Amino acid sequence: MSTAAAAARRRVLSRAGFETRTLLANGEQLLVSVLLPCLVLAGLALGSVPDLGPGPRADLATAGALALAVVSTAFTGQAISTGFDRRAGVLRLLGTTPLGRGGLLAAKGVAVLSVLALQVVLLGALGAALGARPDAGGILPTLVSLLLGSAAFVALALLLAGTLRAEAVLAVANLAWVLLLGLGVLAPTDQLPGGLATVAALLPSGALGDAVRLSFVDGAWPWSQWAVLVAWAVVGGLLTRRFFRWGG
Amino acid sequence: MTGAVLVRELRRSFATTTAVDGASWSAGAGTVTALLGPNGAGKTTTVECLEGLQRPDAGSVQVLGVDPWHAGPDHRARVGVMLQEGGLPTSSRPLALLRHLAALYAEPAPLDELVARLGIDEFARTTVRRMSGGQRQRVALAAALLPRPDVLFLDEPTAGLDPHARLEVWDLVRTEATRGACVVVTTHSFEEAERLANRIVIMAAGRVVADGTLDEVRGGRSLEDVYFALTARAAR
Repeated sequence: MSTAAAAARRRVLSRAGFETRTLLANGEQLLVSVLLPCLVLAGLALGSVPDLGPGPRADLATAGALALAVVSTAFTGQAISTGFDRRAGVLRLLGTTPLGRGGLLAAKGVAVLSVLALQVVLLGALGAALGARPDAGGILPTLVSLLLGSAAFVALALLLAGTLRAEAVLAVANLAWVLLLGLGVLAPTDQLPGGLATVAALLPSGALGDAVRLSFVDGAWPWSQWAVLVAWAVVGGLLTRRFFRWGG
Repeated sequence: MTGAVLVRELRRSFATTTAVDGASWSAGAGTVTALLGPNGAGKTTTVECLEGLQRPDAGSVQVLGVDPWHAGPDHRARVGVMLQEGGLPTSSRPLALLRHLAALYAEPAPLDELVARLGIDEFARTTVRRMSGGQRQRVALAAALLPRPDVLFLDEPTAGLDPHARLEVWDLVRTEATRGACVVVTTHSFEEAERLANRIVIMAAGRVVADGTLDEVRGGRSLEDVYFALTARAAR
């Protein structure tokens, strides 16, 4: 009479596909996740300010835009969509289906990575068109940097979305997006003045931006920045697990 | 106590408020149970414990012999849930949403039939945020019916529906019970309870103040009279 649950993989992929399509069909999300990173990349590559540090400017601009793409999708987009889904009772309803809470979190991870893959292809192509010629040996550590950055920012996005009202999530996520641009995402943290440079290097924005620049431009394996990102992912994940409220 | 749904001495508190204070009742397969009570009586908290959304502080709940808090995907595939707030993403369109939800089940109910019967095809291209309350209710009900559930929890399923749509929903609920499902309907409508339910449970101040068949609960009076007498007493 009743049915069984679909296979776990199918459940997660179905939800991930739904979330990805919803995000890509949303004009504001597209603006933040795709259009603005592309505009920032073009502006940085073709302009001469701000100082992006030593190295080919097109490479540095592409690295900064890739880091911005992570912040846009894994943090701002995910916080806002999860916050409003929580207010509408979507999270609670999905918790009663075979998808469950674990499946929903897995699907969100897959959706973020799907959009990020699209962003990497777009920004990579645009960066190449603007003259970026990254070190081939830097591709793998760049992907690691993007993955670790995504993990840290998704954890923080869920913490925000699961603890504040939807309107507050919208305001904080958008404000944070603007502030983080200047805290190591687009330009190296060591370009910042004095103590702010140290603080920014320990923030997920600075660690991500520096990690992507070091790996993408120099082909380096930025272990210390990765350690900072892992720490934010773990702390954010633990806090989310403790304080996340599924209901509104 | 036997049944598809069992509530035993359930207690659940939030900070200084006791939402459910030792409630016990059960519901069997092939029946419709109406859960009545004023706001704050503990109905929604009780049902949320049964849906696995809240964990009891004391006592126990079972659905199909399983503790819902620890239930896995195959158990949840046997239970249909319609939440009071709907749980529909505001930017989604009904068909895309229902197709996605259907993919969570191995053999869901035929979507086209469900959509046609609930009249969802009339507003298939409308996003949830632009739908009326009644249209949202119909989509939420379709989502709850997708698994062809053995147990169906409906929280105010006809709130905001016009009379024709209400009759259609009642007919659907009866069909589910005839098929063998255990249906639990939370409602404020005496008419809905009288026309749908085999069994009535009235809650007040976290306790069950009446539990039985419609005739047993009424005892020769109107359901409305009994309800006001019982819930006013509990409120005092």
